[in-house]
This record gives sequence, C-alpha cells and structure tokens, in this order.
Amino acid sequence: MGNVIGIGASPKRKEDQRFLTGRGNYVSDIKRPGMTAGAFVRSPHGHAILRGIDKAAALAAPGVIAVLTGDDVKADGLGSLPCGWGISDAKGVPMKEPPFPMLAQGKVRFVGDMVAFVIAETPEQANAAAELLTVEYEVLPSVVGVLEAVRPGAPQLFDDVPNNICCDWELGDKAAVEAAFRKAAHVAKLSLVNNRLIGNPMEPRAAIAEYEPGTDRFTLWTTSQFPHVVRFLMGALVLNIPQHKLRVVAPDVGGGFGVKQFHYGEEAVITWAAKRVMRPIKWVASRSEGYVSDRHGRDHVTEAELALDETGKFLAFRVNTLANMGGYLSTFGPNIPTNLYGPLLGGVYTTPAIYCNVKVVFTNTVPVDAYRGAGRPEATFVLERIVDVAASEMGIDRVEIRRRNMIPKEAYPYQTPVLVQYDSGDPMGCLDGALVAADVKNFGIRKSESARIGKFRGLGYSTYVEACGLAPSRFAGRLGARGGLYESATVRVHPTGQVTVMIGTHNHGQGHETTFAQIVSEKLGVSFENVDIVYGDTDRVQFGMGTYGSRSLVVGGAALSKATDKVVAKGKKIAAHLLEAAEMDIQFEAGKFSVAGTDRMKTFEEIAGAAYVPHDYPLEVLEPGLEEQAYYDPVNFTYPGGCHIAEVEVDPETGTVTLVNYTAVDDVGTVINPMIVEGQLHGGIVQGVGQALFENAVYDEGSGQLLSGSLMDYCMPRADHMPMMTVATHSTLCTHTPMGVKGCGEVGTIGSPAAVINAVVDALSHLGVTHVDMPATPNRIWRLLQNASLPVAAE
Amino acid sequence: MQISFTLNGRPTIVDVQPATLVAELLREQLNLTGTHIGCDTSQCGACVVHLDGLPVKSCTLLAPALDGANLLTIEGLQGAPGSNRMHPMQEAFREHHGLQCGFCTPGMLMTAVALAAEKPDLTEADVRHGLEGNICRCTGYQNIVVSVMAGAAAMNAAKGE
Repeated sequence: MGNVIGIGASPKRKEDQRFLTGRGNYVSDIKRPGMTAGAFVRSPHGHAILRGIDKAAALAAPGVIAVLTGDDVKADGLGSLPCGWGISDAKGVPMKEPPFPMLAQGKVRFVGDMVAFVIAETPEQANAAAELLTVEYEVLPSVVGVLEAVRPGAPQLFDDVPNNICCDWELGDKAAVEAAFRKAAHVAKLSLVNNRLIGNPMEPRAAIAEYEPGTDRFTLWTTSQFPHVVRFLMGALVLNIPQHKLRVVAPDVGGGFGVKQFHYGEEAVITWAAKRVMRPIKWVASRSEGYVSDRHGRDHVTEAELALDETGKFLAFRVNTLANMGGYLSTFGPNIPTNLYGPLLGGVYTTPAIYCNVKVVFTNTVPVDAYRGAGRPEATFVLERIVDVAASEMGIDRVEIRRRNMIPKEAYPYQTPVLVQYDSGDPMGCLDGALVAADVKNFGIRKSESARIGKFRGLGYSTYVEACGLAPSRFAGRLGARGGLYESATVRVHPTGQVTVMIGTHNHGQGHETTFAQIVSEKLGVSFENVDIVYGDTDRVQFGMGTYGSRSLVVGGAALSKATDKVVAKGKKIAAHLLEAAEMDIQFEAGKFSVAGTDRMKTFEEIAGAAYVPHDYPLEVLEPGLEEQAYYDPVNFTYPGGCHIAEVEVDPETGTVTLVNYTAVDDVGTVINPMIVEGQLHGGIVQGVGQALFENAVYDEGSGQLLSGSLMDYCMPRADHMPMMTVATHSTLCTHTPMGVKGCGEVGTIGSPAAVINAVVDALSHLGVTHVDMPATPNRIWRLLQNASLPVAAE
Repeated sequence: MQISFTLNGRPTIVDVQPATLVAELLREQLNLTGTHIGCDTSQCGACVVHLDGLPVKSCTLLAPALDGANLLTIEGLQGAPGSNRMHPMQEAFREHHGLQCGFCTPGMLMTAVALAAEKPDLTEADVRHGLEGNICRCTGYQNIVVSVMAGAAAMNAAKGE
C-alpha cells in the first residue's frame, strides 16, 4: 500500500518543487510559434462620449497588424459581457442590466474602460501604436461615490437607469424590525464606510489566444480561477463559439483572491482577434493596467442601527447600505453586496429580527465584484462594530455582551431570520479559546507598559460566521444565480494502480495538488506520491465551476470523495469475482479488498490490473476499466466561524497604528492538511489587516481619476507590518459535507478588519473616539487625535 | 549591441537592444521565466536576481549593465542545472510552507539568500525589515519569515561543515 498520507497530516506540498526552482508555468511564461502582441487602448476619462476613433496613424506604425474597436465588435454581431446573477427588488422587479460591451460603444464609463485593441509583432510596437491611436472624447462629469451618484442632478451613466440605481434590494421582515425598535431600551447607531479595495494578486492578469484553422478550434490561456466558466460565458454568450471548439487553459496562476474569477473583456477580445489576424496573440497586463481594469472590491456606505433590551440582548438589527457597482455589472457583481451580505448580518447572534436594504449603484469607477470574503467581511464589519458601540454606550463589557447574544452550541442547526440555516458551530468555544490564546487577562499590564512609553494600547474582538462552499444550486437559483454551483471530479485509476484526478476547481496557491491527493491516498489506500491532480484545462477536465468562495474542498473535495467511493464500489465487484465471494462480503480497508473473516484478499493494484486486463473478469455484468466520475451539489452552504482578537499600539505623536498581537481561533470543520489551513488563515488575516490599516482605492470625484493607481500609492501589507500571529482551530464538523469540512480560504479576511478597528477604537476610547473608518492610516488617526485635542500622552 | 556576462555560472554572449531590461532579457530572449514581473514601479520584488552577489531588481536594470558581470537567477540557485536538488533556502521554504501561489517566490528566495549571506545571525526583525522590498499577497509573510530564518541557519550550518 506504500506511503499513505491521509486526512490530518501535513505532507510538504507537491506543487512546491516547480515554484521553488523557477519552473512554474504561468500564462506570461508561455510562448507560441508566430506569436504576436496585443495592447489595449483604455479610456483616460471617467465618463465621456466616444465621438470617433481614427485608426490611420496606429495602423501605419511599424509592426502593426490590426486595430480593433467597438465598431468592429458591433459589425461582427458579438454579445455583451454577461452578468452571472440577476437580482430583483422587493416588488420582484429585475435589476437594471445595461450591456457591457467588450470594447466601448458610444460611451466610456470608467478610467480603464477598453476602447481599442492593437495587435503588432512585438509588445513594444503594440504599445507604441496604442499611443498613436486618435480617439475623440466628449468628456462628461464623472461620479465616483455612491452618495453622490444617487443625488438628484448627478451625472447619469445610462439613459435607462434613473439615479444610477441598478437595484433597490431588501431582505428581512421590515415590520417586525420596526416593532422591535419601538420597544427597545437602547438603540445603537453607526455610520460607516467599507473602503474600496484592489485585490492585487502578485501575478498580473494575462492571456494568450490562438486559432487553428485546420480544426476550427480556439485555445485561450488565461489567468483564471474558473476556466470552464470562462469557456461557457465567453463561448456561448459573447463570441458564439461552440463549446467543443473552444479550449480554455488556466495553467499556474499567481494568486486570485476573486480578481481572477470573472470573465473579462480582455479574454473575449483577444480570442476574437486571434481568428481575425490568424496568429496567436499575447497580452500581459502591467500592474498599473491592472489597477484600472482588475475588478475592485467592497466600497459600501452604511447606516446601521441595533435595538437592544435593558440587559443588552439584541432585539433587532437594521442596515441600509449603498453599494458601489462601478461602471458596469461584472460577472458576480450584484450578488456580492446583496446575497453574500444580508444573510450574514445575523452573525453568531440570536438577533430575532433583521432588515437590510441595499441600493446597488452605478458609478464611473472600475466594476466592483468579489474580493476575498466578498460581502461577508462587510457584514461582519458592520455587525461587530455596532456591537462594540452598543456595549460602550450601555456600559456592558464587550465580551459579555457577545456572550449574552451568542447562539449556544446546543441550538444548532440554527435558523436565522435572514434565509440561512447554520448547520453547526460553537461560537462560545471559539471565543473562550481565543481569550486564552490572546492572554486577554494580562492585557491591562501590557496596556500600562505601553502607556509608560506614551503609547495607547487597545484590544479588539470580532466574532463572525460566514457562508461558503458556494453553493446549493437550487437555493442559489432562487437567489438569482444563472448557473449551477456543483463541482465535478474524475478519478482515473491506471492499470498499475496510480491515480490521476481531474477536478473542476482551480489551484492558485491553495495547495489542492496536496490536499486532494491526501483525500485519495486515505480513501483508496494508495501512496500519496502515486496521486496527481489535474485542473485548469477544459480539454483535460470534464467540467467545473472553479475556485472561489472557499468552495474547492467543500464542494470539489466532496465530489472527489464521492468519486473515490464509486471506485471502491466497482473494485469490490471485481474483487468479489476474483475471490469467488459475494460482493457484500468484500471489505475494503487500507488498500486491500478482502473477504470478511478470511485471509483471502487482493491489493488495490491487483484490482486495477484486472480491470484493464479483463481475462478473468465478469464482462457480462461489468465494464472493464477503473475510472469514476462524480458531480456533487451541496445541500446547504457551510458556515465556518470563529473569534479574532487584535491588539494594537497607537503612537499619538505620529498616529501610527502598530499591530502588536493577533489571535484567531477558527471553526473550519475537518482539517485535511493543518499546515495548509494555517497558511490560508495567515494570508487571509493579513489581507483583512491590509483593509483595516493600509489599503484604500481612492478616486477623484468629478474627473473619475484613480488616485491610488500603483503600488506606490496603494499600500500593500509588507513583512514588517505584521507580528507573529497565533492561529488555531476549534472545529465542529459540518453535518452535510461528506468529510465534515467547512472551508478556510476566506475566514481570515472576514474576521480581521473588525477586530483591528475595534482594537484601534479601544485604544482611543479614553479620548472619546467611538469609530474610526478604514484604513486607519497615520494621517487619519493623527487628524482624529488633533480634533479630539486631548491631553498629550504622559512623558 | 553585444554583451558578455556570466549567467548562472556559464559564460553567455547575447545581442540586445540597449533599452532592454534585464528581466525582459531573461524571460523573452533567454527563456529563463523563473524571474517574474509583478509590477511596473520596482515595488514588488518578484524579479530579484543577484548581480555580482548582490540582490537587485532586474526590472529596473538595463541589459548593458550586465557586460562583464556575474548574474545569478533562480534557475541557477539550486546547484546542478536540470537537477531537482535544492538550495537550503529553497528546502526551508518547502519545509515551512513559505509559498502559496509561487509567483513572488523566486524573488523572495533570491532576497532571502542575499540576506542570509550578509548577516549570519538574522533576527526576526532583520528578516521582516530585509523583506521590505518583496511583496507577497498569499502567505501573510509569517511562514516566509520562519522559512528565511530556518534557511539562513541551514546555510550557516553548511558553511561550517
């Protein structure tokens, strides 16, 4: 049976060898014979009418092969970029869904909107010619903020979208919430901004497209988290390419975080153009280009109110949010601030009545879509901030008020008032674990020590629950999903007993090649080294919805588990024949098929051999071969949760916030590979810390220019921004996934922003500070301290 | 123009346009795609290589500067070309899960090896400060820091043998 490495072990990752030695195969590394280079001409204006494009100078430039514009797209009768979710307002009126042309037609709506595509022999020539393209714009005023966009008289992006409102969405029992507020002993109120973020995976987006006239087939290599979905959306809905004539490959992808889980116009343009010029074309985004074209995240303005009784029990929660969609609807855009936000506003609490209204608003900014956490960090931030506000106003300890309202472990499964039913969880257990791990009881000593050197120390708590493992197709369909959200896996057992798995999820840092191999090794008793995982190629993998929403292990792993069960079931039939026993008497354990109560057995390798050399084989009733496929559609979301505790020190002289301790105790269900889970938690937490302390996408109102358009202006977390974090798991098992797994990719990003900001507010609470918007930069904190005009810290 | 330099231990002569960046030369002309380009403002560090033993960002270095120099890239770090044998720093990154998507990894490793070579007894603060010019979006840096300290210790131990 060899070297079985199963569930709960931490083998070193299979994918590491190639990455450590510089042998990864990212899209930008790929070269094709006769390859040309493409460059996009993008709008320099936030809002403008396209008066005309003169191609002559660009076409005359050295090496230029073609210049394509929106008129060419129109002439070819191509579709617009589809939105994968259709939401409706309270009366059932569908959202406004204006077309999103792959190259602008008539108007541009954000800085970075694509106007033309230039194809030349080299990237230098393509870029030089792009500069020569003459585009005549009639510049219009831009509107970039949601509050400004819905004001009367604001610039209108679309003629048929009044007040720029795409959808006025709501969830929950408004009347019950109003009734609860009327009898509340206390109402806490909070206005906040959830800052706009840019995902910044380290690998910029890139694509290569090629058309083979001999077979009439297209191949697109793209930096995507879901190649099959790109094939479907682009082939069926934009370019009218039959699915069997289109191959989409997402090879090694250098980070995604949501940014690469959309069908982008660049993919469609380059694929269409490859046939027009009959040459392969490569496009690699520069980082600056990514800033104005990668979909952004978050960007909410929210008013929240929490009603409490005299003991601090939550009676009702009311949230009104304006959510920025940017200039067009991206693939998942309208789903994020609605379906992935409102249903999580219950958090880990027993709040009986919740109402949420979200106005989804168009602005002259890059389209906004999912970014790690997607809706759930926003929900957690609103809830965990207002809980702190309420505790402070009512004079109740912040931990105590959470305890009084937490769903007890025994109350699961727990039906919330906002659609979702949590299957399992133990928020109190996570909280207790985190309090110990963070050494909260000695916080007072540490705070005094900080005070002695003139620093303000604060402690912040955040509990959270999230919905991941997207998703039960039927449920998602009711919420407006236009596709299914299952996953598929094929387990191919070779005649010699080694295994190749084809799976529809996509690995771009998560360690799937390792985790999935552990599942197969455990379930089939085969050596870990003898399992390879194949993904990211529509010609090699049957189908799949890809990787996002912490779904890969939850949904893909479940499909894989089901497929291995089918392999074992067929193996038992073969073994029964070879061992001359009844199928029901065959047991499979540790890679051996045996007859119960005897020492007669066949190894997994012997059964695989028999399946492919069926000389002694029940051919009348059983097909040769040993390859099984399973599709898995989850019955519910999974609900990871946990408690995060942040400890910060604020220097009042400079306003600098230093994160000095960070503790997370997360319930992610069964842990397959603890090393990888820990790595996911670390990375997620730091992305959330980035939102809380550093990152901010800023637009100039009026011109629509992105002011934070490079790594020089948009502050990413660095190694010296972080202390050593303490992360641990406190798991309850998911009751409906085959292995009890819940998912762990996003928990860190969901729990951390509120923990950090709660800590900053705590550090400054003695100065009367009750809220700090993100990011808590030195500039923002310093100004706050000046306005508070407070006693200077003790020398 | 023609330049001659030592690339991963081998004498190399290439014709380049004077405005070619070293990162482009490596990736496009010499097919050494382990050196990555993650930004256009010299912030991310995915392109770090060693020029005459010192870490430099190859996206801001013009190819003519290589003339007569000694250049080491990620492909040359692990000893015998084409082998799967790894440098102690590479081993440490694997052992301590110091990488996820792998894109920043070559630059991280080249910076880490230079850091360890410069100062034998690296502290955590040294490592965090020393990695200031390398951005990773996946790992949260924690396991990178652990890896660099372990890799540096292994490099020192190997030196002592």
